[in-house]
Amino acid sequence: MNTPDYLPILFLLVLSTLFAVGSMLAASKLSPRRWTSAKLQSYESGMVPEKDVAGDRFPVKFYLVAMLFIIFDIETAFLYPWAVAYDELGLFGLAEMGVFIAILLAAYAYVWKRGGLEWVE
Amino acid sequence: MSGIVDAIGIVVIIGAIKVIVAFVALLVVTLVVVWAERKIIADMQSRVGPNRWGPFGLLQTLADGMKLFFKEDFRPASADRWTYALAPVAAMVPAFLAFAVVPLGDDVTIAGREIDLVVTDINIGVLYFLAMGSLGVYGIVLAGWASGSKFPLLGGVRSTAQMISYEIALGLSLVPVVLAAGSLSMVDIVAQQADTVGNVTFFDGIPVLEQVADLFRYMPNWYIWSQWPAFAIFFISGIAETNRAPFDLPEAETELIAGFHTEYSGIRFAMFFLGEYIHVVVISAVAVTLFFGGWHGPGFDFLPWLWPLVWFMLKTTVFVYLFVWLRATMPRLRYDRLMWLGWKRLIPAALVWIMVTAVVNTPGISRNIRLAVFGALFLGVVTWVFRGDPRMKDIVTPQRRTTRGVA
Repeated sequence: MNTPDYLPILFLLVLSTLFAVGSMLAASKLSPRRWTSAKLQSYESGMVPEKDVAGDRFPVKFYLVAMLFIIFDIETAFLYPWAVAYDELGLFGLAEMGVFIAILLAAYAYVWKRGGLEWVE
Repeated sequence: MSGIVDAIGIVVIIGAIKVIVAFVALLVVTLVVVWAERKIIADMQSRVGPNRWGPFGLLQTLADGMKLFFKEDFRPASADRWTYALAPVAAMVPAFLAFAVVPLGDDVTIAGREIDLVVTDINIGVLYFLAMGSLGVYGIVLAGWASGSKFPLLGGVRSTAQMISYEIALGLSLVPVVLAAGSLSMVDIVAQQADTVGNVTFFDGIPVLEQVADLFRYMPNWYIWSQWPAFAIFFISGIAETNRAPFDLPEAETELIAGFHTEYSGIRFAMFFLGEYIHVVVISAVAVTLFFGGWHGPGFDFLPWLWPLVWFMLKTTVFVYLFVWLRATMPRLRYDRLMWLGWKRLIPAALVWIMVTAVVNTPGISRNIRLAVFGALFLGVVTWVFRGDPRMKDIVTPQRRTTRGVA
């Protein structure tokens, strides 16, 4: 790893964070602050909010998608080094990745078959 | 002066200057893109669009931005204080960071020093771009969660599911390009696309018609010719990544008020806005870089350093226009359709295309195998096209509902 290569990214991170924080500070000085209890209610198209949703539950489907995401994202992470070194790996690399993707596709087919990818039943 | 230069190092100073230039340029570009989007969509809808501030209303975005500084920025009582305050920063900063690896032009020589027109050429550029895209999700999820309100919560949860789903397709769609280029550095990938396609023989030996061969000698050697399926997947998932229409489910106005930023006002809202538009510019720039030859284009003797920049900006503009055009044309997808497209179409398509690219790019593979792969692919696509719409087979009928519903 070549450190100077990553230095500009650090600069950019600092600069954009400073810009963001700076403009928030500036806005807090420039903007009015007349908070009322009605204004601070959570938005519900003008109705008085029915209940507090902070920490509320949401459908388990989203949880399943998150799990699947982790599996496939790790697969993507495996594919990148393989793709870069493909010229040196040759047929061996092709066979290896073919087996890997076949195993993954089997799991994928299973999830599909069991309805893990369905949103409307 | 020289003391300072020696102490910090010229590399660091050049890096800092590049960063500042890129940052300011991105801000200005965002102002123009927002204006252009409003103007173009207004035109498509037979309206005038912004026309008050500056020539053709060019300063409208700046005026809006200034106004937002003076607008009250309140936090709902149910919100989580710090997460709510910092989520816009988390949404905006990664969008800026992602731009760092995009090469904007050829090397230029200033004061005897060769400078490459890219903020930084790291050897994992593509991976870095994907990582920054993933980090951008945090801002939206946290904003939705921290607002303590039902519409933002729904928008935030939806956008998590949507963005992580499309992120897989986005990541997979770039693997074939990396495979063909043999490098993750965007500068290398652009360098691979220099010149023209040149002399073409299909499958190592089948000659091409002379007239067609002539065409290839003038055709730029872009990855789009061989990697167009990858590009299609990349662009579709790129739109979903940026939360733009027709995939703007996280902020779907008609059902979720404004989704994850319902409770945001003033400058914090402006940051979400800024982040989204920079993301659009970055996706367009990366599409140009990876598939359309980056800054390559015809050069001329007059101001030779300028032309690459001009070509790059022109190509990027085309894609930004495409984003706007899509927004004006396409209706929003229903949520289950969106997930259907991502999980059941784009991801398998990307995986298949990776394997096809791998087979074709295997060193020393025989011509017959390549022909067989292309033949099989062609047959597959034809069957796919003529098989009819499978969704029509299992539409949820009232009858099926009753068999399961009444307990």
